[in-house]
Amino acid sequence: MTSAGAGEPPGGQAVLTRGLTKRYGRRLALDGLDLEVGHGEVFGFLGPNGAGKTTFVKLLLGLARPSSGTGRLLGRPLGDRSARTRVGYLPELFRYQGWLRAREVLTFHCRLAGLPEEGFRDEVTRSLELVGLAGRGEDLVATFSKGMQQRLGLAVALLGSPRLVVLDEPTSALDPVGRHDVRELIRRLRQEGVTVFLNSHLLSEVELVCDRVAVVDRGRVLAQGALADLLSGEGPRVLCRDLPGDVLPGFGALRRDGEWVSVPGLDSSRTPELVAAIVGAGGRVYQVDEGRASLEERFLQLLERA
Amino acid sequence: MSWRPLEVIAGLTARELLRRRLVHALLLLTALVLALTGWGFSRIPHLHLGGELLTPQLARLAAAQLLLLVMFMFSFVVGLTAAFLAAPAVAGELESGVALAVLARPISRAEFLLGRWLGLALPLLAYVALSASVEFWLVAVGTGYAPPDPVGAEAALAGQGLVLLTLTLALSTRLSAMTSGVVAVVVFGAMWVAGVAGAFGSAFHNTAISAVGTVTHLLVPSDGLWRVAVYEIQPKLFASASLSRVGSPFSATSGATPAYLAFAAAWVILVLAAAVLSLDRREV
Ligand SMILES: Nc1ncnc2c1ncn2[C@@H]1O[C@H](COP(=O)(O)OP(=O)(O)O)[C@@H](O)[C@H]1O
Ligand SMILES: [Mg+2]
Repeated sequence: MTSAGAGEPPGGQAVLTRGLTKRYGRRLALDGLDLEVGHGEVFGFLGPNGAGKTTFVKLLLGLARPSSGTGRLLGRPLGDRSARTRVGYLPELFRYQGWLRAREVLTFHCRLAGLPEEGFRDEVTRSLELVGLAGRGEDLVATFSKGMQQRLGLAVALLGSPRLVVLDEPTSALDPVGRHDVRELIRRLRQEGVTVFLNSHLLSEVELVCDRVAVVDRGRVLAQGALADLLSGEGPRVLCRDLPGDVLPGFGALRRDGEWVSVPGLDSSRTPELVAAIVGAGGRVYQVDEGRASLEERFLQLLERA
Repeated sequence: MSWRPLEVIAGLTARELLRRRLVHALLLLTALVLALTGWGFSRIPHLHLGGELLTPQLARLAAAQLLLLVMFMFSFVVGLTAAFLAAPAVAGELESGVALAVLARPISRAEFLLGRWLGLALPLLAYVALSASVEFWLVAVGTGYAPPDPVGAEAALAGQGLVLLTLTLALSTRLSAMTSGVVAVVVFGAMWVAGVAGAFGSAFHNTAISAVGTVTHLLVPSDGLWRVAVYEIQPKLFASASLSRVGSPFSATSGATPAYLAFAAAWVILVLAAAVLSLDRREV
């Protein structure tokens, strides 16, 4: 496999949208989305059901048209077909021609993608192996279980070393082993420099593989950024008793929340010092929290605030 | 637009007809009908009328009448087959979601639609040419009757099939597969009835009723092309219609004018273009 990220124009974005808006009748599915995804990034697009994730992806791929706003996919305007030559897509609704064999579906997509004919066989075999369907290539797609069809969809998305892989809820039909396989696949794509756009409402999935995330709800981005930044909460807190005073030497003013004590703006790397200082001042420490919010907490916070 | 994706879609479409055993079923049934009608035609010269064998001339006239009836049924088979093939070809893929992964490839909506059209039209044309040729040959061998212009008749029948195919495909870019199929078949039947009414009108020199026929033939040229086929199949002397045949769906007093053929071709191209536009604007 060639290094798919190579040869990108410096500074370009794999995905870029400005004010992307989509109306279905009176319902606003997307409300002026500004989003940027850099090349080689694994980007998580996170939101509850009906947030507009699928709609966004459809606009990116030219399957639906924006009501207003613009965007670029691999440097090309949305809807431009040449951008789609190096994009793999697993739709949320994954359906493939049931009357074809799995290999035939993949070969058909090789043709549509304009891959070199002499490479079809190997490419199809490679992608079947990647998704754990080696040995099932000659079976009719109609005989596949739902999970196997989703794996086939993944194989279709991975054909021909795409630069950008768009996965819309890629593990919705998979068992725990399948979910693990998909995470491994995504990590592998990242190593190869492939950009991954992952739509998901599964927080654990996003938390485990994504470099950056955007949280969407009702068509709006509530927060976006590096996962670490998004999760860095209020700093470390210490549950202690018998600590006199509201000022700690070397740390300044303390903030108290019941028995929880914290220092505004403190970096979590100084947690041990904070504990030592509290103990030194006579406090008895029962519990220490590094202050990293779980994605679930952050997610619920964001949705509540919106 | 480029040829390659169009060709890939057309190939897949034609392959589906084979895989789903549609080709097998159609060919088997057609062979059966051809064998039966072929045997029937071969018996005509042995029929007796008032204790005497039919004269070869009478036998040929009887054969011509019967052939028109057989071809009328055949034209219905072609029209309905076209509608049944086209109805799910676009709508079905959109409804099931199969189109999502396909249209996300570097392929335009026009290429997808024209690929579908071509993948259905070519097998349909081959089917019409093959089965009509065999039928005409069986009639010629069995009775000595040969239509004045068999190739023209086949072309008109194929054209009628293309009209139905194109109309249904255009409908199926917006309506469900089921609805498009039903609407197309109803239009097909209505055009045929209106054509009969129009022929009646012209026979009785009633301009109002005859206008119905003319408008019908311009609205959707399915019945118009069927009349062209009739003209090419029937003996020349039938064209100077005796009253007994007036208004029947098996009569035609005039053949194809180049203007009408050009119109029918333009109609197909226009409806195809409308289908492309309609699909292009549609959200998947
Ligand atoms: N074709 C459509 N017609 C009307 N409304 C739609 C259509 N597609 C999506 N919507 C609406 O847009 C909103 C976003 O949907 P979607 O993008 O599928 O959400 P998600 O993928 O985040 O669950 C929902 O309210 C949904 O009902
Ligand atoms: Mg969705």
